[in-house]
Amino acid sequence: MVASRAVGSLSRFTRSRMLRCPGYICRNFTKSSALLTRTHINYGVKGDVAVIRINSPNSKVNTLGQELHSEFIEVMNEVWSSNQIRSAVLISSKPGCFIAGADLNMLTACTTPQEVTQISQEAQKMFEKVEKSTKPIVAAINGSCLGGGLELAISCQYRIATKDKKTVLGSPEVLLGILPGAGGTQRLPKMVGVPAAFDMMLTGRGIRADRAKKMGLVDQLVEPLGPGIKPPEERTIEYLEEVAITFAKGLADKKISPKRDKGLVEKLTSYAMSIPFVRQQIYKKVEEKVRKQTKGLYPAPLKIIDVVKTGIEQGSDAGYLSESQKFGELAMTKESKALMGLYRGQTLCKKNKFGAPQKEVKQLAILGAGLMGAGIAQVSVDKGLQTVLKDATLAALGRGQQQVFKGLNDKVKKKALTSFERDAFFSNLTGQLDYQGFEKADMVIEAVFEDLSLKHKVLKEVEAVIPDHCVFASNTSALPINEIAAISKRPEKVIGMHYFSPVDKMQLLEIITTPKTSKDTTASAVEVGLKQGKVIIVVKDGPGFYTTRCLAPMMSEVIRILQEGVGPKKLDSLTTSFGFPVGAATLVDEVGVDVANHVAENLGKAFGERFAGGSLEVLKQMISKGFLGRKSGKGFYIYQEGVKNKNLNSDIHSILAGLKMPSQPDVSSDEDIQYRLVTRFVNEAVLCLQEGVLATPTEGDIGAVFGLGFPPCLGGPFRFVDLYGAQKTVDRLRKYEAAYGRQFTPCQLLMDHASSPNKKFYQ
Amino acid sequence: MGVSRTSAIWAVIWPSLRGDPEIIWSFIPFTLSVKPMDQDLRMTSLLTYTFKNLPSTSQWALRFSMRPLSCSSQLRVAAAVQTKSKQTLAKPNIRNIVVVDGVRTPFLLSGTSYKDLMPHDLARAALSGLLHRTSVPKDVVDYIILGTVIQEVKTSNVAREAALGAGFSDKTPAHTVTMACISSNQAMTTAVSLIASGQCDVVVAGGVELMSDVPIRHSRKMRKMMLDLSKAKTLGQRLSLISKFRLNFLSPELPAVAEFSTNETMGHSADRLAAAFAISRLEQDEYALRSHSLARKAQDEGLLSDVVPFKVPGKDTVTQDNGIRPSSLEQMAKLKPAFIKPYGTVTAANSSFLTDGASAVLILAEEKALAMGYKPKAYLRDFMYVSQDPKDQLLLGPTYATPKVLEKAGLTMNDIDAFEFHEAFSGQILANLKAMDSDWFAQNYMGRKAKVGSPPLEKFNIWGGSLSLGHPFGATGCRLVMAAANRLQKEGGQYGLVAACAAGGQGHAMIVEAYPK
Repeated sequence: MVASRAVGSLSRFTRSRMLRCPGYICRNFTKSSALLTRTHINYGVKGDVAVIRINSPNSKVNTLGQELHSEFIEVMNEVWSSNQIRSAVLISSKPGCFIAGADLNMLTACTTPQEVTQISQEAQKMFEKVEKSTKPIVAAINGSCLGGGLELAISCQYRIATKDKKTVLGSPEVLLGILPGAGGTQRLPKMVGVPAAFDMMLTGRGIRADRAKKMGLVDQLVEPLGPGIKPPEERTIEYLEEVAITFAKGLADKKISPKRDKGLVEKLTSYAMSIPFVRQQIYKKVEEKVRKQTKGLYPAPLKIIDVVKTGIEQGSDAGYLSESQKFGELAMTKESKALMGLYRGQTLCKKNKFGAPQKEVKQLAILGAGLMGAGIAQVSVDKGLQTVLKDATLAALGRGQQQVFKGLNDKVKKKALTSFERDAFFSNLTGQLDYQGFEKADMVIEAVFEDLSLKHKVLKEVEAVIPDHCVFASNTSALPINEIAAISKRPEKVIGMHYFSPVDKMQLLEIITTPKTSKDTTASAVEVGLKQGKVIIVVKDGPGFYTTRCLAPMMSEVIRILQEGVGPKKLDSLTTSFGFPVGAATLVDEVGVDVANHVAENLGKAFGERFAGGSLEVLKQMISKGFLGRKSGKGFYIYQEGVKNKNLNSDIHSILAGLKMPSQPDVSSDEDIQYRLVTRFVNEAVLCLQEGVLATPTEGDIGAVFGLGFPPCLGGPFRFVDLYGAQKTVDRLRKYEAAYGRQFTPCQLLMDHASSPNKKFYQ
Repeated sequence: MGVSRTSAIWAVIWPSLRGDPEIIWSFIPFTLSVKPMDQDLRMTSLLTYTFKNLPSTSQWALRFSMRPLSCSSQLRVAAAVQTKSKQTLAKPNIRNIVVVDGVRTPFLLSGTSYKDLMPHDLARAALSGLLHRTSVPKDVVDYIILGTVIQEVKTSNVAREAALGAGFSDKTPAHTVTMACISSNQAMTTAVSLIASGQCDVVVAGGVELMSDVPIRHSRKMRKMMLDLSKAKTLGQRLSLISKFRLNFLSPELPAVAEFSTNETMGHSADRLAAAFAISRLEQDEYALRSHSLARKAQDEGLLSDVVPFKVPGKDTVTQDNGIRPSSLEQMAKLKPAFIKPYGTVTAANSSFLTDGASAVLILAEEKALAMGYKPKAYLRDFMYVSQDPKDQLLLGPTYATPKVLEKAGLTMNDIDAFEFHEAFSGQILANLKAMDSDWFAQNYMGRKAKVGSPPLEKFNIWGGSLSLGHPFGATGCRLVMAAANRLQKEGGQYGLVAACAAGGQGHAMIVEAYPK
């Protein structure tokens, strides 16, 4: 409440400033009095068309909150009651955003499902009025039109969108564990057909304007403009408004029909959908698919199917009611709290809290053209960074260059890039075998083999050629940065940048600072990471940093569980049904058995007993037989090109049988196995926070989910403790401690949380 | 044997085929719906139909077209009285280069009288016309350069084929240049450079475009199969290749209509440009009407003296341009937008049309011209090529080139007596005029302190422009230079400014100085 008042007073300030700026605004708004009383919405009348402009103060985006909602009702009532007005255009004044969705704070502030249901019903009511408006309303969409924004847009009689990359329409509610609660579940199927509506609502995927036009989600496209009499963004919005006004007039004069000609396929689909049997089959199919993919861990998708079904089978009244009720229920679930927490965390980790670096990084050099090096190059060149990729041999370099090209070319195939853009991006890459041009590098990222002496060698070579300001970043998953920096002439410029493989798919970047790393160096690294599109956590140096360190005890447990006689397939299914995207045994194969062994050895030395569990002998024997995981074609599974279903590697049985451990029946139920894995992970994560390796629980959660695949529905280790309960977590650990010893001893911070129930990582 | 010879020829032509020359089919939206083979025809007949049915009210239209100029004419007249900033642009130690004369074939809507010709036929007509007009001895010509955009694969060096056919000495080398709509500008400035550097004394420059026929290729898959077939040695190999044939191999590949880098057609870009500069449909139609009306007037008064008659084999002699059709605003308003549908502003009536035509000029070192007893028409002075963003500023070349070339020559806008700007689209011309008149644009996009100012319309394209006379891509540049030179001769001005935009986001401007009488 206080916050909203503060926002209100601030907005008054901006408003008065707007009034002072000459000409344009006042000229267009005949009713400038409206400006004086409203903060989010203003409108003016051009001829007989009301132009309603949304512009939430002090924010880059418009979100549907209480204030905006009530102002919208006011404005619409004026529009409907005015005799002068025959139609309306709804547009945002913000470049790059129509309405980005509902205000999440409004939802999280609610404590009961009923409150949330009421919010939903109010919105439903309003949007229904919009839908039934006799004066046609045209939604003019430029920029993100998501969630509630899309629901408002599809309530309007007509939609015009700019064909801009920033213009994305979608229903991402499912990603937050909720559903479209303002009539979206009812309108969307009618507008784009049931299959497409399911696709949008169940995947949450954003749809670009040109695709939206083909789907019938928007009626007209407007091309974004280049420079002219005004800056492009400004003039594009103006032009969109002009075009929207002509269509609004046309609709009011009945010269344009809001109805769209449907194509043959669409007609056939809608005919098929009129057959109850077909509909039932579709519901069944979709539900099956959802259950298979979510393992029943996410309630939102199933409820969405349910609500859509109710609307179609029992009429829209029942549909709206069901939508608002289910919306209320979902908003209160742990899953939605976890997912919303991740969403917030992700937003936080996309900011540079270290400020702008003194010198912007324009020239990047990457050492090592392996999978990681080339991956880093790929995400750099397409952001306009001049990148040198260096390797020792022409063959290795060529492989790396091909990887970058393929990555870009795949985007061309998906039509995310044009072939011309691909070529232009690819020209930002220089492949070379020597240190030519390194005197101009602003940052060097080394991604050579994980071997301290090799890293020392390249650090020395590089420091001989780079300029003073150049940052040296090491991409390593386990070698402590201070050990790498030990031989550096300028340790304040040395930092760790731990990317995750495959670099172009994994969102996380873990940045590691040593006590000697300067703040400006950190700011530089974060800046580059953000430019590369990464979600960034900044952690303190130490063996395994944060991510590898959390993963190691879990991996140790994985080996033990396998030694206790649980097969890799069974283990995989136990972990995926807990919410991990990749099964534990498969994960070892993906990481590489040799890498896992290397890390386990290193961290085992550093942390001792706490990291014990399974016997490393398992990994060593696998390595000796050449079972290195996916890269060698064999690990726990056998990998063959073009074969989708992977088979177990039968030779593993003999290794595991030879190293068999007795299982302890009271901690070996399926559930116990799952919790043995998770609690070791969580305990180590909390210890990282306790020791100051992590600065915030948010970064811990983001790192675990985006880097290691910690179940998103649990929201990360810290959210897990908050939602599952610290006491229950400690109880679990104690139980396993009794069976296995110190590996499960809960850390102090976790016990503190358990002993005072009010203590939460997220207040 | 036959097959292998074909493949050898293919191999020779291959390089020139690799890069599709970008072209601008102004009216492609009309044609896309019809079969590729007869599209030019259809397009033209449609256009012809449109214009035929528009009542010709040139008198009224002309008066109307003058309206936009009235705003600041007094000021402009005052400026014109001022003395020139410079007496002449001659530079010490640099050869003066002159245009003795220049000619062009009549520019025709494509698909009309020239439709059965090949590009070199048309170019030959222009070259012969120049020979006839200037009586230059053939063996004196040191070099020949022609510009073209859509290359006929059989005559990829069309300059050489045309020169041989026109009776020039086979000892005179010739080459062909391409730079989209400023190809013949490039031909002329190449000639200037050759003379200035002392390599040549007498050069013929020109350009040609024949849009009635364009190379339509087999698809890449089909071409690959044909090439592989020519290499196949055994019957088995051939059969196995043929067995891979699919019907879709037969779908033809049209010359690129869109900008290669952005995949946007030029008309589409022009429509967006007009919108960015807030230029209305009415303004564009008015400007197009002005162009047609002025061209008709110039034609009627016999001012288009660069046109030489062309006896087309098997057809009547063509004596004048056939695209000039002044219409009425009401009729023009009825046309639907051609590119951005349904609300765009660029239509068939306010765009330049697909045109067949060729042009040629005779460029000499001044002392050589005088020694040969010529009375030159004009000097070719400073010139400038510019390029910018091919997406959003595709057609703003003149805006960028004009201030630069003026600065280079030490002139101001006021010194220019004859402006000849290439009119690709009404919207493009009006956008350039607005951009040149905008301090904001100059400061934010051109890195200049202030605007250069827009040219006064009473000195601007007053004998018509590409919108009305036509725009054979490769030949327009020479027409612009000759129009400027002839206007200076006729009206007594000293300096002319030629400017044009081109695909690829490029632009050109050149100062033409009248040869003192």
